[in-house]
Amino acid sequence: MSSTGHLTGKGLQAVPRFQHGSRVPGWDDAADLTKDPAGVPDPAVVEVPADLRAEIEDFMSRYPDSRSAAIPALRAAQERHGWCSPEAVEQVACVMRLTPGYLASVAGFYDQLETRPVGHRPVYVCTNISCSLRGADNLLAELQHELAGADDVNLRGFECLGACDIAPMVSVEGVYVGPVDEAEIPELARQIRAGEDPLPAKQLIRRPCQDPGAAAPE
Amino acid sequence: MTQTILFKNIDEPGLATLDVYRARGGYGDRLRKALSMPRDVLVDELKASGLRGRGGAGFSMGTKASFLPKGQMDKYLVCNADESEPGTFKDRELMQKCPHMLIEGMIIAAYAAGANRAFIYIRGEYVQQAQILEAAIEEAKAAGLLGDRLLGTDTSLSLWVHRGAGAYICGEETGLLDSLEGKRGNPRLKPPFPANQGLYQGPTLINNVETLATLPHIIEMGAENYAKIGVQNSTGTKLISISGHVQKPGNYEIELGMSSRDIIYGLAGGPGEGRSVKMWFPGGSSSPVLTGEDLDISYDFDSMAKAGTMLGSGAIIVVDDQTSVVDVALKTAQFYRHESCGKCTPCREGTNWTVKMLERIKSGEATPMDLDLMASVCENIIGHCLCVLGDAMAMPIGSMVKKFRGEFEEYIETARLQAERELLAGLDIDTDSTTITIPQAA
Repeated sequence: MSSTGHLTGKGLQAVPRFQHGSRVPGWDDAADLTKDPAGVPDPAVVEVPADLRAEIEDFMSRYPDSRSAAIPALRAAQERHGWCSPEAVEQVACVMRLTPGYLASVAGFYDQLETRPVGHRPVYVCTNISCSLRGADNLLAELQHELAGADDVNLRGFECLGACDIAPMVSVEGVYVGPVDEAEIPELARQIRAGEDPLPAKQLIRRPCQDPGAAAPE
Repeated sequence: MTQTILFKNIDEPGLATLDVYRARGGYGDRLRKALSMPRDVLVDELKASGLRGRGGAGFSMGTKASFLPKGQMDKYLVCNADESEPGTFKDRELMQKCPHMLIEGMIIAAYAAGANRAFIYIRGEYVQQAQILEAAIEEAKAAGLLGDRLLGTDTSLSLWVHRGAGAYICGEETGLLDSLEGKRGNPRLKPPFPANQGLYQGPTLINNVETLATLPHIIEMGAENYAKIGVQNSTGTKLISISGHVQKPGNYEIELGMSSRDIIYGLAGGPGEGRSVKMWFPGGSSSPVLTGEDLDISYDFDSMAKAGTMLGSGAIIVVDDQTSVVDVALKTAQFYRHESCGKCTPCREGTNWTVKMLERIKSGEATPMDLDLMASVCENIIGHCLCVLGDAMAMPIGSMVKKFRGEFEEYIETARLQAERELLAGLDIDTDSTTITIPQAA
């Protein structure tokens, strides 16, 4: 039927939709009116690790309005807790003097902030147009197969990661590798499992500029 | 012959460090010259260079800087390094290999705008690039190039890297500002434009990485000489990212006004042996597609607009003749559905419906009427939202349906027959008999 049946779109992160197609979970549920919404956590009650507190306070000092630190602070908490768990959000809320509800709404907006328990090591496979024209859907499926059971890895298809020159590509905890040949997938999966440097020869950081003018001598 | 400005010596080892960058002329006379000019003169110089924003909209950089109100107040400069447009990866290479060029450009832009606080909003996925930028900023601070009274002048500038967390919409300037303020990245109603009320309600200048990195070179060459490069209304060089079905995907620096064929076939090697260009996105996946017949169009802002599309971020995605247009359309639409922030109904629902209609086409449940319906949905998204994300889906999808309608119709028919055959194969049919027994539901 289609000569490009490999552009399946399978394995993509589903757009979160809840009841009646809403994007807000539980919008249809009755609110418990007997309970007050969670307020700003009491510093005397919530324990925040000292290093996390110091990091968040450093972020807050960089901006005229400390609320700007919400995303960096949530990321810092996620790095320690593995995801933006209620505990992580409460700790951030305590330091930033915001409500947990506000921070949860921020965390829910961004793809890299995880609002569900997942593996703490993010591995993203770009499945956008340029990469999928070059076999990204297959790469994602193969990696899913090879990494089955690796619970510490959060493997997911991702929108354009800005590395279409090395399509198909994978971001292994922030390290971009590509183009990944089919034959290299098992080796890459092994390295991801073992936490080794992924495909060192294929890392983006080592790739020279393709423009012939860039290499020309003066 | 294309002049190499931004990518000159870009692969030189250690260019990301202050010493090598200085040895290449960075932070030298040109920066002093810029900081010694009166602000109005500097802004006029930027206007005269004809530099248009490199992020997508192509608005004159100098004009944008001149919109900022004068007077004593907190003003901000924000560098948009969110680079999430599918197919675009030029800023990544620039920031990774020559972060000081961006910092120097930001010092100049901040001075021109009268801003004393600056932020680089970099997408969260660029981990290594953010680290490189942060290291470069530390170096520049230590050398007195940032901070209070930099280089002994009256100008002060604080600069921080702010990492996003994965949202395409944060590349839209007002969405970016909300995100930078620690909120969900929803775009704002315009006007007021960021030049009047931007970050923390203060006047804000927002520019793309490439635009800012070009400023030191404009000062060095002089606006007049810079304006001589390229063609009228599209001056200077442009970094372009080529990807998809080409043999040498990558970033290239071209003089605006180069023929598209020379870019796709000459620089990037074209699609492989025995294949040809079926269609291409000239400016990221948000731009209406062009076909293999449009390869001789000159690659500049005005020619692209005349051809009914746009130069956008300068990201060319090439699709060869072996690929089905329906598959590309579905991938494109899925992306925008995922990234729609949900604030405006036409975009939130329109992108979702378009994906559903394309899925119907793929599964053989569609009729040619769906194409008209899809076109009408797309038409009703365009211009009806706070930002252009919805338009960014509607325009390419609309252009694909218009230019490849025959293929869509054929696909619908083939998929429908295929689905029918599969349905019949699942039924108990006596092939020798002329009557078909359809099992009744119990």
